[in-house]
Amino acid sequence: MARIRLERVAHSYLASPRREADWALKEIDMEWADGGAYALLGPSGCGKTTLLNIVSGLLQPTSGRILFGERDVTATPPDRRNIAQVFQFPVVYDTMSVHDNLAFPLRNRGMAEAEVRARVRDIAALLDLEPVLGTRATNLSADGKQKISLGRGLARADVNVIMFDEPLTVIDPHLKWRLRSKLKELHQRIGLTMVYVTHDQTEAMTFADQVVVMHEGAVVQVGTPVELFERPRHTFVGHFIGSPGMNILPCEVRDGAARFAGRAVATANAPGAAIGRGGGRAELGVRPEFVRFAADGIPVEVTRVADAGRHRIVEARAGETPIRLLLGEGEAVPADARLGFDPRFTHLYVDGWLAGEATA
Amino acid sequence: MSARVVNNRAWWLVLPVVILVGFNAVIPLMTVVNYSVQETFGNNRFLFEGVKWFSDVMHSARFHDALKRQLLFTAIILAIEVPLGVAIALAMPRRGAWASACLVLMSMPLLIPWNVVGSMWNILALPDLGLLGWTLNSLGINYNYTRQPFAAWATIIAMDVWHWTSLVALLSYAGLSAIPPAYYQAAKIDGASSWAIFRYVQLPKMRRVLTIAVLLRFMDSFNIYTEPFVLTGGGPGNATTLLSIDLVKVALGQFDLGPAGAMSLIYFLIILLLSWLFYRVMTSGEEDS
Amino acid sequence: MRRLKWVVPALYIAFLMLPIYWLLSMSFKTTNEILGGFTLWPQNFTLENYRKVLTERTWYMGYVNSLIYVLINTVLSVSVALPAAYAFSRYRFIGDKHLFFWLLSNRMAPAAVFALPFFQLYSAIGLFDTHLAVALAHCLFNVPLAVWILEGFMSGVPKELDELAFIDGYPFWKFFLKIFLPTIAAGIGVAAFFCFMFSWVELLLAKTLTAVDAKPIAATMTRTASSSGYELGLLAAAGALTIVPGAFVIYFVRNYIAKGFSLGRV
Repeated sequence: MARIRLERVAHSYLASPRREADWALKEIDMEWADGGAYALLGPSGCGKTTLLNIVSGLLQPTSGRILFGERDVTATPPDRRNIAQVFQFPVVYDTMSVHDNLAFPLRNRGMAEAEVRARVRDIAALLDLEPVLGTRATNLSADGKQKISLGRGLARADVNVIMFDEPLTVIDPHLKWRLRSKLKELHQRIGLTMVYVTHDQTEAMTFADQVVVMHEGAVVQVGTPVELFERPRHTFVGHFIGSPGMNILPCEVRDGAARFAGRAVATANAPGAAIGRGGGRAELGVRPEFVRFAADGIPVEVTRVADAGRHRIVEARAGETPIRLLLGEGEAVPADARLGFDPRFTHLYVDGWLAGEATA
Repeated sequence: MSARVVNNRAWWLVLPVVILVGFNAVIPLMTVVNYSVQETFGNNRFLFEGVKWFSDVMHSARFHDALKRQLLFTAIILAIEVPLGVAIALAMPRRGAWASACLVLMSMPLLIPWNVVGSMWNILALPDLGLLGWTLNSLGINYNYTRQPFAAWATIIAMDVWHWTSLVALLSYAGLSAIPPAYYQAAKIDGASSWAIFRYVQLPKMRRVLTIAVLLRFMDSFNIYTEPFVLTGGGPGNATTLLSIDLVKVALGQFDLGPAGAMSLIYFLIILLLSWLFYRVMTSGEEDS
Repeated sequence: MRRLKWVVPALYIAFLMLPIYWLLSMSFKTTNEILGGFTLWPQNFTLENYRKVLTERTWYMGYVNSLIYVLINTVLSVSVALPAAYAFSRYRFIGDKHLFFWLLSNRMAPAAVFALPFFQLYSAIGLFDTHLAVALAHCLFNVPLAVWILEGFMSGVPKELDELAFIDGYPFWKFFLKIFLPTIAAGIGVAAFFCFMFSWVELLLAKTLTAVDAKPIAATMTRTASSSGYELGLLAAAGALTIVPGAFVIYFVRNYIAKGFSLGRV
């Protein structure tokens, strides 16, 4: 069991990177606690798989160090880092039975056969694979095969961290939740550190204690799902998380307050010193969940009402700017539509970042 | 191949192919069948002989010898070319300029006219004038492929290995390239040795490709004519007279239409059986995907 | 140990290049030098053999003849194979599996079996000693191969493409030529490559069906080897020149070689 420390890790796939864009992973300095469940969340190409492969040892970072506990493992090969990895599509050894698949990493490390058998039985019990131990691995369904992949990782007693690279990609939608719950259950029972890469926010938010949101090779925010939802540090986070995403409204700052559509808007964070430094792009961020119809609010024109099942999504327009809000069942759209923003969850952003915070 | 529409008008699309191939396949075969059951007298007079030619051929020592030689030849070259081709594919670089250069150079033997392959090895193996022949003889090995059956065999085998191993290597290379990197990564994490990776990841994933390679080489070597004919002419004596060479001798050389016909049909039937095997393997793979 | 992996392909390629080197070396030697004894490389470098091959009509026409029938065959084979491959890929029809098998079996047929019958057949229809005869005869093997390769590539194209075109009102031939074919351009290239390759290298049928007018280079070479008493240098030069078209073609398709050998379906 160990905590993982990433010390100024950066990576470029090019031999001699020059520009910012040449770096697939921009400098990251982060620490992950022992036994935590982390999700690396971000769109395709944001560098999450690169980061994962660096932690597991499949990739050597261009610069920086990785430490497991006190050990510098930057140059250690994957099979000696005590990690396990589950890939996007099930990786099983087709010619072997389920039992032999699970036994494979143990036998490679020279474990005694009797011990191997005992350990395989334990893992199979944990993953509900006992009934199929004798069958050829290739005959299982996709989720069965992913369990085998997982099992091979769990089989080794010395594993500290399990990495998951979008493991539910090929699983049937109606089985995804089952595998996901299994992972959560395993985490609670065994207490290993788990790092889960995904582009699906639902998976990330339900699985992880802490979510690391990444964008274009950089870590944008690390926080609990609630923190990410209520207080995004970057407009990207606001926009990426939540469905529909956060409203981003261009605004201006005058006399120490944000102004939108000719009115002052109260925000949770003070505009602060950022504005004093001569401007920058100012924007208001507020989630549709925190926008309401208010009699004394900003006048808007309602353009569309879409039904999303348990609630409705209203698209309105203040001048040229679209704003979305949620309407519960039974609530009606007033004739003279005016919107108010909950000041506790309305934030001012400057150049994309939350105003008043040190960036990165 | 799911969701294919049943449409018998598709026959119109296939018709040109059927006509073209049918013309070339059916008419000659009919001729062959004709010859195989008749006795031909010079002036186009025919006498029905039933299965006489078939029984003659099946009992002839000449045919048996040619068949045995052919089977031996095919077995030897398969035993050499398949492992060698796979080993080369495993050792080749996967990407980059070297990979490209490798592929180009390896493909060259495959595009040389077969008679030139024969001539090339002819010139190479000349006992006193050729690079190979001269080298072997000056090393003290008494080598003369025109006079020694063993030397002739060794030379035609070396020639075939030179000629066709690249096919196996290229097919295997394509199969290997199709293996997703995740398998190698997982094996690395599992602490697998190189041998284990070969046995449990690479070989199983190459099963289909290897089957194609083996069957292709089996059949093409079973049909081989030009290269050994140009090199040894079937000799010394009969030593390297493989099945096709023997058949052509009988058909075009001696113009023994009856025996040629019977032999052709027997030969063809053997091949047909093997193609059926080939076809089954190919389509079984598709039903899984 | 891993560092030494490159030794294997290096040795193999050296092995492959050796006979080719020897052929080239011979082609630059005079007959006197060749018969005089073994020399590793030409002591009296000469271009006489090449000059002879490139200027004498009996020789250079051999190349021309070969190229003609190879090109005819390639165009013909691929053209008829395209609609057939489409049919196999998109439709089920009575006897489709059997037809496909029958086609494949022809690819596997021993050429020797067809030597005599082809000789008689093509003589009977008056095509003996024409380029067309060889081109047609080679179709026996090349058309099934082309159908097999093209069908593999076509199956990789989703049927939605066809359906969309039909919904948009395209007549079948327009769809086929302007939309479908460009999608499988790589497949057509691969099929053409293999047809070219097989037709270029095949000797038995090419020799059997020709005499003078359409005589391929292969026939000229073998006649020289047996009759006019072993002009080895000349033979070597002629042989060396036959490698050139092949080398060209490989160079141009070098980026597709690996893909071609996967035949779209391996």
